[in-house]
Amino acid sequence: MNVERTTRSAAWARAALFALGPVAVALLAGALLLLAMGVDPLAYYGYVAGRGLLSPSGLQATLTRMGPLLLIAASLIVAFRAGIWNLGGDGQFLLAAVSAAAAAPALAAHAPVWLVLPACLVLGAAVAALWSLLPALLRAFQGINEIITTLMMTFLGVSLANVLIKLVFRDPATTVPQTRTLPVADRLPRLFDTTVSSGLLIGLVAVVAVHLVMTRTAFGLKLRTVGANPGAALHAGLPVPMLTVVVFGISAALAGLAGAVDVLGTQGNVRADWNPAYSLTVVPLVFLARFNGFGTIAFVFLFSVLSIGGESAARRLGVPGYFSLVIVAILLVVLGLAEYLDQRRQRKGED
Amino acid sequence: MVGSSVSGATAREAVVSLRGVTKRFPGVVANDRVSIDFRPGEVHVLLGENGAGKSTLVAMLAGLQRPDEGGIVVGGEPIDISSPRKALDLGIGTVFQHSMLVPSLSLVDNFILGGPWWKRPDRAGAAERMRARAESIGVRLDPFALAGSLSLGERQQAEIVRALMRGNRCLILDEATAMLTPRDAEQLGALMCRLAAGGLAVVFITHKLDEAIAWGDRISVLRRGRNVASLGPEDLKAGDVAAVTAGLVRTMFGADAADGTRGPEGRRRATPAGPVVLAAGDLAIDDDAVPVSGVGFTIRAGEILGIAGIDGNGQKQLAEALAGQRPIRAGSLTLNGRPIDRAGVGERRALGLRYVTDDRLGEGTVGPFSVATNLVLKQIGEAPFWRKGVEQPAAIADHARRRVGAFDVRTPGVGTPVARLSGGNIQKVLLARELTGTAEAVVFAKPTYGLDVRNTHATRGRIREAAEAGCAVLLISTDIGELLELADRIAVMSRGRIVGTVDNDADARRRIGELMSGTTQ
Amino acid sequence: MGLFTEAFVASLVLGAVVAGVPLLLGGLGEQLSEKAGVLNIGLEGMMLIGAYAGFVLAYETGSAASGFLAGAAGGMAVAALMAVLCVRLGLNQIVIGIALTLGAEGITALLHNVRFATTYPRLDAPETLAIPVLSRIPVVGPALFDRPAIVYLAVLLVGIMIYVYRCTYLGIALQAAGDRPAALDAAGVDVVGTRTVAVLCTGLFAGLAGAFMSIVASGVFVPFMTHGNGFIGIVLAMLARGRPLRVLGGALLFGVCLSLTTALQVAGVDVPTDVIQMLPFATVMLVLVVAGRRASLPPALGSSYERGAR
Repeated sequence: MNVERTTRSAAWARAALFALGPVAVALLAGALLLLAMGVDPLAYYGYVAGRGLLSPSGLQATLTRMGPLLLIAASLIVAFRAGIWNLGGDGQFLLAAVSAAAAAPALAAHAPVWLVLPACLVLGAAVAALWSLLPALLRAFQGINEIITTLMMTFLGVSLANVLIKLVFRDPATTVPQTRTLPVADRLPRLFDTTVSSGLLIGLVAVVAVHLVMTRTAFGLKLRTVGANPGAALHAGLPVPMLTVVVFGISAALAGLAGAVDVLGTQGNVRADWNPAYSLTVVPLVFLARFNGFGTIAFVFLFSVLSIGGESAARRLGVPGYFSLVIVAILLVVLGLAEYLDQRRQRKGED
Repeated sequence: MVGSSVSGATAREAVVSLRGVTKRFPGVVANDRVSIDFRPGEVHVLLGENGAGKSTLVAMLAGLQRPDEGGIVVGGEPIDISSPRKALDLGIGTVFQHSMLVPSLSLVDNFILGGPWWKRPDRAGAAERMRARAESIGVRLDPFALAGSLSLGERQQAEIVRALMRGNRCLILDEATAMLTPRDAEQLGALMCRLAAGGLAVVFITHKLDEAIAWGDRISVLRRGRNVASLGPEDLKAGDVAAVTAGLVRTMFGADAADGTRGPEGRRRATPAGPVVLAAGDLAIDDDAVPVSGVGFTIRAGEILGIAGIDGNGQKQLAEALAGQRPIRAGSLTLNGRPIDRAGVGERRALGLRYVTDDRLGEGTVGPFSVATNLVLKQIGEAPFWRKGVEQPAAIADHARRRVGAFDVRTPGVGTPVARLSGGNIQKVLLARELTGTAEAVVFAKPTYGLDVRNTHATRGRIREAAEAGCAVLLISTDIGELLELADRIAVMSRGRIVGTVDNDADARRRIGELMSGTTQ
Repeated sequence: MGLFTEAFVASLVLGAVVAGVPLLLGGLGEQLSEKAGVLNIGLEGMMLIGAYAGFVLAYETGSAASGFLAGAAGGMAVAALMAVLCVRLGLNQIVIGIALTLGAEGITALLHNVRFATTYPRLDAPETLAIPVLSRIPVVGPALFDRPAIVYLAVLLVGIMIYVYRCTYLGIALQAAGDRPAALDAAGVDVVGTRTVAVLCTGLFAGLAGAFMSIVASGVFVPFMTHGNGFIGIVLAMLARGRPLRVLGGALLFGVCLSLTTALQVAGVDVPTDVIQMLPFATVMLVLVVAGRRASLPPALGSSYERGAR
């Protein structure tokens, strides 16, 4: 709550400590793991930092990677703050990506770029939102657990995306099944003189906007009330089923926007069986930041450095890029433990 | 029907004794050096108001909590009751205030819960033993019925049978009559006396004076965690009921509070002749458990209509339907002559209808949100707290500070999460939210449930003030004393219907009792 | 119809068994946790660790049996972590579950990369156990009754779980742990212990499921090879609502759909894999929409138990 401003800086400091402590412990545990694998941890981390953060091309790749991840994060923050477990982000992401990838080259032939790109972004968001409608309605009006339904819709979505690529939108000019490639000139503009896609900007705006809407507006408070105590929301006269459907819609639209941004900014096309599975990977990051938008940006940045740097390190040091997954998992477990210890300490303090 | 089991016999050795037991929770001393002996052949009543520390004592005897200081002596030996299993092994059986039956299991499965995992339970044998034990105390039950399908009274009987089968030394009944009709409560009292006569030590926890005097062989009074008085059989037999009652009231509530807890009974004042504010006609409300039908009433400005009845007879459904949280299937509902039966919660509130829920943490407030936010929870998006949908923290905090001051909410700050406050202060937050602004009609659901004396007193004051300010008040309560103190008229609800309405006169208590038991139907 | 040739039916049945057994084992395991009130999103991770551990030991020793033991142990190790964090310490079950899955994906891919990335060794097909008479049934006999012993064990487990749920004290305790843990506690049974046992058994089943995938189904270990099977297991368990037979039915349905593509290819019909893979999910969603019944999950599912907390 922003009612109490005096304790805010203290709270920020505490939050920072609670975020950075586990990061340090996780990196340390990762170092032990590397040692066990016979890799020099200092060399590895040095290489990751060098390639993901310190070299200009690496940093640009890291920042570009952040775009879709931030949009997914925004999608999850909306849903989780409203108490809805949308675990179907991957299906929403892929279907939006395929729609954008199919529409963009087709439209680009007839319309100017400044019109095509926004239209395709909106199309991606709309397709994803539509894909979430069924779980949303089932949850809002039948009370069916959204974890099962969104998981099933994600499996369906991934398969459907492949069907669309192979049977409907397949580029006849290539041997491997994939959609037509969007020329580099027609993609999302790059920022200034760098290779960083403007997807980063869209992602940053989305996360900050979601953060502000959730914490500073009446609409956000309504959603948080539904999430924190659905009974109280009903008691206060909030239209809970309607808000539930809206939350699903916004969350899925943001996940879809991530897919569209990734395709229009970086990939240029979608190959069959392509599924980066960003959604499940971002869930822990959002949790680490405790649904705080700015904290999320920091964690997404850290993760992007780790994964971009890790991909380079994979080729050089023989440590596969999956290592960043292990770090995230350790980070989550350590954070959980830290929170538990903190609660116990507080409880003791009250005695 | 005073228990007669020990008359003539000398007091036997205690089976279970509390020796200087102290238990602390963050911020409270729940039990403070309590020493009590429970003897076989006696019904020993632990009497005290809500929050006096009765349930904590029960939890320690049942092995759910352990004392911080002092100890428990069982059969002459000091024993650490470290787990519920230990308590059961010691022969201490407990029937808790909240049902401890697993709804999705049959009674027999509930009874045999806790056998060695790999073994195949002997259900037929257990069912036979259950039937036999039930019969021996004059209770009938179907061992293969699903626990969730039984009525509250049946579930409680089953729990008593279960406790007896495992606890053959000491039987603890925690607030066992809270959910029962007066007639079922009478039967329970008779059962306790029979069990005590059979040699069992029965511990009966209640906050109801009349039950304590009617059934207890001994009474220990708890107040703020301390054992402030003990009455033996000689005290209970000797004095007349009125004198014993007066003495108990003083010890239970303390001399300072005694005035406030029991106001004068009988008609509060002449029925106000103001215009009808809230009127309901032939309301029907759907519900799986307790459908409500044929409910009608009118409340004038300044009038308090009480709704009496055992908990779970449709009061909650009625209150929710009035507030707009639950659809009304048929019937009419008007506020100041204007039909509101199709209006939403927000619309009804805007017209002046307020609802103070009894589920303070479950739906009344959002625990992790600040006091300030909870105070505007029903006005999200409205000016001056939001402008164009954007929160105005200064306006919200300012409003909160004024409300907190006016309603004497004890909180470290308006930014404190509401869940950190005590029950009484959470209730004050709710009252501050509902009684602010232009209230025309207020529905109170069990407004003093779980509150201590002081907060009860303050809350009843607010209800009275609301009526005096010209509101139409509907007061739903399971505490007849409260209704007799506050209401002008009292309607009795049973099985989703209003079975009768009586003026609050000198004869009201008797007639309400009759209506609740169904004897006048 | 010309489609139902012997080869088609045989490959369909065999494929259904191979695809269905991991789902069956995983679903039965998840069901156990959910019954006791623990939502185990880490199932996928447990399967993956089981697949890797099983593969390594089967490769080292040349014995499928020891591979399965190692797989079970691997799954249980992940489950033990889950039990400590979620059951004992009461941390968020969904978050820890996802963390464990991610961690398992990362660590197995890493270990595989270090040891097998260049060689990609392949295991010999495990010994099968032919059931007399039945295995001679034409067409489907060999596919159903001449399989490795683990297949029969998986089916036998359905019966065992039914017995456990219906006819043992453990079954009653599990039901209580998910429905009203406070009642179980008051009856003198350790809620945390009961749930820990349930989660460990889930790990055991999931580990076996994973080991089946690497040792029997494919004979190799490939990173991320469980490929969402754990999540399908979660879906199956949630839909089966505590009935082991329904898990069996669901596993068969999914198994048949997953193997239909291969079988159709054998029969010379080219239907895209993806269309067929959508069938079971589409069916289930359709059932949910039409039936529209509330998925009845244990009331205490997903929340940790703390004595005295109300």
